[in-house]
Parts: sequence; structure tokens; C-alpha cells
Amino acid sequence: MFGKLSLSAIPLDQPIPLITSLVLILTIAGVLTFVTFKGWWPYLWREWITTVDHKRIGIMYCLLGVVMLIRGFADAIMMRTQQAVAVNAPGYLTPEHYDQIFSAHGTIMIFFAAMPLVIGFMNFVTPLQLGVRDVAFPTLNSVSFWLTASGALLVNVSLFVGEFARTGWLPYPPLSEMTYSPGVGVDYYLWAVQISGIGTMMTGINFVTTVLKMRCTGMSYLRMPMFCWTTLSSSLIIVAVFPILTASLAMLTLDRYLGFHFFTNAAGGNPMMFWNLIWAWGHPEVYILVLPAFGIFSEIFSTFSGKPLFGYRSMVAATLFICVVSMMTWLHHFFTMGSGPAVNTAFGISTSIIAVGTGVKIYNWIFTMYGGRVRFDTPMLWSMGFIFTFVIGGMTGVLLAVPPADFLTHNSMFLVAHFHNVIVGGVVFALFAGLEYWFPKAFGFRLNQAWGKAAFWFAFIGFWVTFAPLYMVGMLGMTRRLQHLDVEPWRPYMLVALLGIGILIIGAACQVIELVVSIVQRDKLRDLTGDLWDGRSLEWATPSPPPFFNFAVTPNVEGAEAYWGIKQRAIESQQMGPEPHYEPLEMPVNSAVGFFTAFFATVFGFAMIWHIWWMAAIALVGAYAAFVVLAWRDKQEFEVPAEVIAQVDRARRAARETVLGRLEHEGAVAS
Amino acid sequence: MTDTHFPSSIEALRLLREDPNRVGHRGHVLSSPIPGTGHGRTGPANKRIVVGYGFWIFLLSDIVMFSCFFATYAVLQGGTAGGPDIRQIVELPRVEWETACLLASSFTCGLSFAATNARNVLWTQVFLVITGLLGLAFVLLEAQEFAGLVSQGITPQRSGFLTAFFSLVGCHGLHVTAGLLWLGTMLAQVQVKGFRREIIHRLICFNLFWHALDIIWVGIFTIVYLLGYVA
Amino acid sequence: MIMLVIVVPTILVAFFMAWRYRASNTTAQYLPEWSYSGRIEAVVWAIPILVIMFLGGVIWIGSSRLDPFRPLPSKTPPLEVQVVSLDWKWLFIYPQQGIATVNQLVIPAAAPVHFSITSGSVFNAFFIPQLGSMIYAMPGMTSQLYLQADHPTKLFGVSAHFSGDGFSDMKFQVHSVPPAMFEAWVQQARTAGPTLTAATYGSLARQSHNVKPYTYREVDARLFSDIASLQIASAPGPEPEGPSHAGRELTPAGR
Repeated sequence: MFGKLSLSAIPLDQPIPLITSLVLILTIAGVLTFVTFKGWWPYLWREWITTVDHKRIGIMYCLLGVVMLIRGFADAIMMRTQQAVAVNAPGYLTPEHYDQIFSAHGTIMIFFAAMPLVIGFMNFVTPLQLGVRDVAFPTLNSVSFWLTASGALLVNVSLFVGEFARTGWLPYPPLSEMTYSPGVGVDYYLWAVQISGIGTMMTGINFVTTVLKMRCTGMSYLRMPMFCWTTLSSSLIIVAVFPILTASLAMLTLDRYLGFHFFTNAAGGNPMMFWNLIWAWGHPEVYILVLPAFGIFSEIFSTFSGKPLFGYRSMVAATLFICVVSMMTWLHHFFTMGSGPAVNTAFGISTSIIAVGTGVKIYNWIFTMYGGRVRFDTPMLWSMGFIFTFVIGGMTGVLLAVPPADFLTHNSMFLVAHFHNVIVGGVVFALFAGLEYWFPKAFGFRLNQAWGKAAFWFAFIGFWVTFAPLYMVGMLGMTRRLQHLDVEPWRPYMLVALLGIGILIIGAACQVIELVVSIVQRDKLRDLTGDLWDGRSLEWATPSPPPFFNFAVTPNVEGAEAYWGIKQRAIESQQMGPEPHYEPLEMPVNSAVGFFTAFFATVFGFAMIWHIWWMAAIALVGAYAAFVVLAWRDKQEFEVPAEVIAQVDRARRAARETVLGRLEHEGAVAS
Repeated sequence: MTDTHFPSSIEALRLLREDPNRVGHRGHVLSSPIPGTGHGRTGPANKRIVVGYGFWIFLLSDIVMFSCFFATYAVLQGGTAGGPDIRQIVELPRVEWETACLLASSFTCGLSFAATNARNVLWTQVFLVITGLLGLAFVLLEAQEFAGLVSQGITPQRSGFLTAFFSLVGCHGLHVTAGLLWLGTMLAQVQVKGFRREIIHRLICFNLFWHALDIIWVGIFTIVYLLGYVA
Repeated sequence: MIMLVIVVPTILVAFFMAWRYRASNTTAQYLPEWSYSGRIEAVVWAIPILVIMFLGGVIWIGSSRLDPFRPLPSKTPPLEVQVVSLDWKWLFIYPQQGIATVNQLVIPAAAPVHFSITSGSVFNAFFIPQLGSMIYAMPGMTSQLYLQADHPTKLFGVSAHFSGDGFSDMKFQVHSVPPAMFEAWVQQARTAGPTLTAATYGSLARQSHNVKPYTYREVDARLFSDIASLQIASAPGPEPEGPSHAGRELTPAGR
């Protein structure tokens, strides 16, 4: 009846996951009760769960990403603690448990923290910057989000029912085959990542189409803000490589469920093939994350220097260059398999060539500051921290790209420190910078600067205190994923790294406090103008938060840096343009199909993990039915009356007039 | 919402007659950009172009997925583990019938869209049904082939090569099956809802999907069956 | 080292720019429109390209000169050692001497050693940090590695690729000894310990961890090639002990 599932799947013998999951379940139950008690369900259902508004979906993506970031960070804390106490000692985590933790840490951080945050920003910002009302496929967008959430849910269910993978964040066969991993951990991994991966692929399709086909009048390619270019590049990579992930996970699934021989040792299978396939996806995945991060930094450097981005065209060229070359470097993840000097040389060089594109970007950001008026608000602090951290990360990366050096440092703590250096320094810093930068746009009030700056300094220092010792101990020959160590001289490094994670915990606490304090003081921190940072792209032309239709009248762009141009004209002529003629417009209606598809996907995944075939069949039929119901609906769009639009837009114009008046006044004082 | 004629497709047809090589793809030198093609100067593309474009992107990603299975097949071709190799599997007459069914279904699918362009429900439905029957014949022939192989003990569990063979061909078969399910849904939609704008868009996508499956089948037919036959 | 030449000035320039053009410094020029300079662009592209061209040369030469498959130049013929990674221990077969060891590698100092490496279960990486060059141990494949310990010393070797629950204990001792002592050790090993045949290999291949080093006095000569060509099936996976937990099959090493 219930396949492999029985009560002994619940880890009653292991206090740590048991207590964690009980606390989680109680928290979730508490939140749900609270929401029910307050009677918020109709509002949540109407305005959030079924929404197809790209801004709301973007915010939900970011929320999911932040929650998962905390979960992944908790795993990191446990790992650092274990390695600090388990020198010549067993530590407090058994290997079985420790292996799950590092696998879950990697999986969660990449798939369910970094990806949702990056995609969340793409969702929230890109249509606003392009001057359009939504993405190309709003309902599909909602399906994408809920599928990602479904995958995240499955990973967390594994905490309480069964186990998670014990094979690392990429389940290399033959270790991940049924012979060596008979438990359900790998199955949890496969279904969670497969479901969310399909969601991501649809996001990629959606955003390629949005950027290429949905730009406002006059927004030609070379007038797009840099973030839109990086969204496009990142989405192109998604479309090109996520199918590879889908295929390779499907093959491993067939191996495990039906006894196929794709990657088995026996019967002519080829485990090497999995390495090639998964890294043909895995390496470009890094650039899927880091290109939008570069986009965020480009926006911030330009805005906070009060200048256009230096060398815009060469930035675009560098972005597309990275986009293409990123798909030609995967073999550097296994130089040490002995592919021969010719192959290693080719991939070593292709890997370091990426540094050309990255180097150009770094110099262009530096020259953007040249001749500017640099304001050090919190987003700019993260950006400066990024340049420092990322340049060093890039340097160690090029070192690892040299095959003879890689033969000594591959799979060592040096490697661990390197990729945290680029992913934390590059992506996570960008995400925090982006949160500070666009939060006022999304919610109408800015974040508290003092706590934000404290969070930055603790995170920046904490990062280096954690990872500098890992670089050193990696050079001494410590390999990654060790549950216990027995080399006494490594102990001090582990203790320093533990101190570092302590500083990072303070940083994370500052972030949370910042959010709480800002919500409490929201009236004081209110952004009335919609253009808090003196922005240059079109999202700052809308009020904060933007109305659900974004623009009352779609903008007509007449040059690069669309909004800057409009603003300069208004300042020169000391008046806003004439009030436009408001027309009614059509917006897509909400849809629950995303929620229901994801619900059935979760049920399907869970049923497949535990071999409950009837439940899987029902879920498949349910998902199909959800799509038929969607196809059957008669009303695709609803009309927004012109008066509503006019009312919203007149309020926006009034706020802008006030700013203009203030500028005039200040101008008078200055002259 | 209930408009029964479709400015964009008619506009496209007109342009096709007047300017056969540049429909929707005008160069930068032309002074009058076509509205609705999404080329920057004239604002967002119309819904038909957006939907078609997005579906093309999806098809490209699907083809990338198939290319993984093709690559796997190439890698595992030698991994027969002492079991049967491709020569013992190829049964050319049956595969020729399969191919004929699928290519003919693509033709009728094209005819159904010609009927759609003429807004003729009856002929659209007739050709879609023929497409579906031919597709069903393809799937059944393939299922029979697989069943025959399994009865001889030639299963994907036997060797790496057979794993790759069954997965590549089976993945395509699964796509055709999904296409048939979609086709059934489309038949019902056209019958009940008529030629609404979004239903036309879905028919366009279905056409693209069906032809793409044909292209992939041509690849499978050549690489797996023909090359296997001459091997 | 090479990179530091580029990286340190870059970071310094970044902080200089940020400080020089801070908003509160009104003496600095404000160029609100300045966003392009062909010369700077050329330099900006040229620096990374030149660095990478130089590095490309380093990579090219380094890859072929330090290729682990390449024999070391030496007058003495290398000692042959066949390495099999198992769950979770290392098996070293000395085909010329006809003996084998588990979790213990004894080599003569100042003489090259040729390792042929395969795996009897999952992927591992053979790595002796102080001697350099790790290389993967892969089932069904044989990789090559040439190493040389210049002086008699005691080292340790590890697996550098995660292979399951017992991974952390997958270590081996490396004794580099003077050639005469090596001969003595071989003679001694030939007199004691069990023999290694396909049958005893089968029980060795079962999962175990933290295995104390020991030697085999005699080895089946075809054993390594049979393992490497998968003539001998790969090791079995975990054999759950006691009442199994649904979906949480444990290995002894996992506890």
C-alpha cells in the first residue's frame, strides 16, 4: 500500500534531525494557525498564491531563497563545528549524518537558495527595466515558481521522513547507484532537483522570450540596462544546459528504478559519462548564477557613482563572451582523471579565458567610479566587498585551472575555499546588495542603513576569517568532506574557521534585525518618490511599490539609460511632460494552475521516492487535469479601467513634481 | 477577445506574398519597422509571435535533451556486455512503416493548419484526427517492436547498449504519446471553444511540436536504424 | 604568484577610485557623462588577454611536462605497484615481488615508482599530498602515476574523492625506506600473512573501514587485470545490519 514507506522511516533514533524537524513542523503549524486565525487565507490566495504578477512572483522567489539560505547556513554551521571538534575524535555527527549534511548544504545553496534569489531578481526587475507590464508568459511564470517551491519542500521533507542523499551535491555514480546507495536519499535528491529543474527551464524560456520580444517602444538591444543583458545571457544558458541536467538525472533515475545500465560498473555502463553530462550542466550553472550578479553590480556601480556604466558595449561583449565560453570548460572538474595533457591543456586554457571577460568587467566597474560622485550606501559597500573578494577568488580559480596545480589541490579544502570565494563573494554579496537596492522599490520603504552596514562588515570579515584558513589547510593536503580528521596540526585552522562562522552568524543576525527594525520603522523610512537612489533605469520611473500594471502608459525610450534621460529633461525644463492620455488596459487574470501543478508534482515526487505507484499515477492525472482546466478557462485577461490607471499615475506625478520642486529649490541655494 | 480574424497572421501572410524573405525579420536598414514583431523600435511583440517564439525556445531545449540521449547512445554503443548488438535489433521493414506513418502525420498536421488558417473547423478536425491516428499507429508499431524484443530477452537491463537504445527510442516514443494526449485535448478545445485567439496559438505550438518530433525521428532513424543496418 | 602582480594593483586601484571620487570629496572632478574611452578599453581588454596568453603557455608546458602518466627520467627501472581502491581501504599489489598490502605502502627511496590504479567499487582519488599529483581510481579503468620519494621518510596517503560513509578513514601509511630495507621487508612479507586469491579478494572487497595495515604473502598474478577489466564483479554495496530502517539503509561505517 505505501511502498517502502513505514514508520521506521522517521529517524526516531537520531535526535538532531528529529528535534530540528519537530521544531520546523511546530513553526509551520504555528504560522498556518496564525494565518487562519487572522483570516488572511483569502487575501493570500488571491493576492499571492494564485498571482501571475512578475513582481509578486519575484518577491516570493526571494522569500523562498532567503528561507533556504538560512537552512543551508545552518548546515554550514554544523559542518564547521563538526570539523573543529572532530580532530582525533569522532565529533558529534556520525558519518551517515555528516554526509547528508554536506550533500544537503550544496544542493540547497545552489538549487534552492541561490537560484531562487537570482531568478527572483530577474522576475522583479527585468520587466520593469524593459518598460513592459509583465513577462512573456505570466501563468507559466507562476508554474515555474511553484515547481521550485515543490522541490525545496521535498528536500526538507527528507529531514523528517527517510534521509537525504549521502553522495555529495552531485550524486556521482556508481556511489549513487542502487548497489552503493540503497536508501531513499538519492531518490529525494533526484526528484527534488528534477522538479525544480523543470521549473527553472521554463523560467529560462520565459525570460529569453521576454527580453528578446517584450521591450517597450524604443528599447533597442543596446539601450537595455546591463541587468537585462545578464538576464538574457543567464536565461540562454539555462535553456541550453538545463535539458542536460534533466536528461542526466532521468538516466540516473532509470538506473535506480528500473535497473538500467547508463552509469553502472557492470554490463557496459559508463560512470564517466555522468561526470561529463553533469558538469556540462554544472559549470554553466555557475555562470547562470554569477552573470545576473554581475548585472546587479553594474546597476549599483553606475547608480551610486552618478555616472553611466563605463564601456557599456564592451560590458555587453564580455557578458556574451562569458555566456558562450562557459559551456566549453566543464572538463576542468576532473583534470585528475588523466584525460591526457592535450585535453587538459585545452580545457585549462578555455577555463582561464573566461577570466578575460571577468577581468574586463572588473576594470570597467572601476572606471565607472572614475570621475563619479560615489555614495557609500549599503549596496555600494557590498559591491566594494565584492571586488576585493571576487578578484582573489578569480585568482585562485585561475590557479586551479592550471592542470599541474590542480593535481595537487583538486578536491581539497583549497577548492572548497575557492568556490565559496567566488560564489559567496560574487553571488551572495550581489544578492544582498540587490536586496538593499531594490527592497525600497518592492515594499515602499528602505532598509535601515546602520544595521545593513553592520551586517556587511560582519559578513565580510566573517567570510575571510572562515575561508582564509581553509585555503591554507587545503595547501597542506586536507581533502574535502572529511567527517573527522587525524592530523593534529590542522586543528588551529579549523578553530579559526569556526570563529569565522561565529562572526558570520552575527552578520546573519544583523540582517534579520535589519529587516525587523526596518519594518518597525517603516513610516520613517518610507520612499515617497519612487526614485530613492537617483536611479537611471526605468524601474525607478514607477512609484514604490509599483502598481500591478507597472506603467500607466508604456514608456517611449529615446536613448540609453531610459529614465535618466527623462529625468534630465524634466530637471532642465523644470516640469514634467504633459499628462498622457490614459487608456484602459488588459492584464492577465490570476491562475491557481501553478499551485495545483506543484502540489501534484510534490505528491508525485514523494510517491516515486517511496515507490507508492498508485499515488504517483493519481498525481500525474491530477497535474494533467490542472492543465486541461487551465486550457478550458474562458477569461484570460481582465480590463483595468482608465480611471484607475489615471488615479494611480496622477499620484505618482504629484510625488515627482514635489521632488522637482525640491530640486529647483536646492539648485537655487547652490547657485 | 472574441475577434474571429487575426490581424497578425493575416498581416504575416500579406507580407509573405509581398516580401517573401523578410517577414518578421526585417533588417535595420528598413525605415518602417513592422509593429508587433518585438524588434525594439515598435514595442512588445504581439501575443502570437511571443507564443511561437517561446515555443521555439522550448523546442530547442528539448532537442538539447535529445542530443544527450544521442550522445549517450554513441558512448554506450560498444557496451553490449556480450549481449546482442544493433544488428540483432534492427528490423527495417517495421521501422520503415513507422517512419512512413510519422512523416505522413506531419503532412496531415500541416494540412490541418492550412484549414485552421481558412477558419474551417471541420477540415481542421478531420486532419487532426488523421494525424492522431497515424501517430497512434507509430506508437503501436514501436510498442510492438519493443514487446517483441523483450520477449526475446532483449531488455534494457541486459546491457549498457540496450539501455541507451531503449531510452533514446523510448524517449521519442514518450514524446509522441504526450503529443497524442495534447492532440486529444486540442480536438476537444477546437470543437467546444472554436477558433479563439489562444486556441490558434496552441494549434501553432502543437504543429511546431509535431514537426520537431519528426525531425528527431529522422535523426533516430538514420543514426540508430540505418547506420545499425549497414553496420 | 603571476596573478598577484595583476590582482594586488587591481584591488588597490579599486579602493583608490572609490576613495578619490567619494561623494564628500568635492575637490575631485565630476564627469557625469564620461563613459567611454577607446584607449582605456584597449588596455582593459589587453591586460587580461596578455595575462591569459602567458598563462596559456604555462598551462601547455606544465600539462605535458608534469603529466602523471609520463615516466620519470631515471636510470633504475621503476618499481611496479598496482593499486585497488575498495570500500574503504586501499589494496597495494607488488606484481614483481608477488606480495600485497592493505592500507600500507612501502617503497624504496630515491627510486621511481609506477602505480597502476583502478577501483574495485566506487570512484576514489589516490593522493599522497607530500609526493604530489593525485589521480582518480575508477572502476573498469586503469590510470597511471609515476612518483618518487627522494628520501626515506614516513608519509600518509588519502582518498581525495568522496566515496561513502567510511571515506574519512580511507587512509594509508607510506613508508619510503632505503632500498636494502625494502628488500628485507619484501622477504619478511613473503613469509607471513594470508594469500590473496579471487576468493579472499571477495571477502576483502566487502565494506569495512578503519582497517589496520597487513600484508599478503602471495598474490594471484592475474588479480589486478581481472579487477580492472571488471572480470571480477565490483564490490557489493552496504549489507544492512540488524533491523533495517525504511529508506535509511546504514553501513557499519555510517554509525
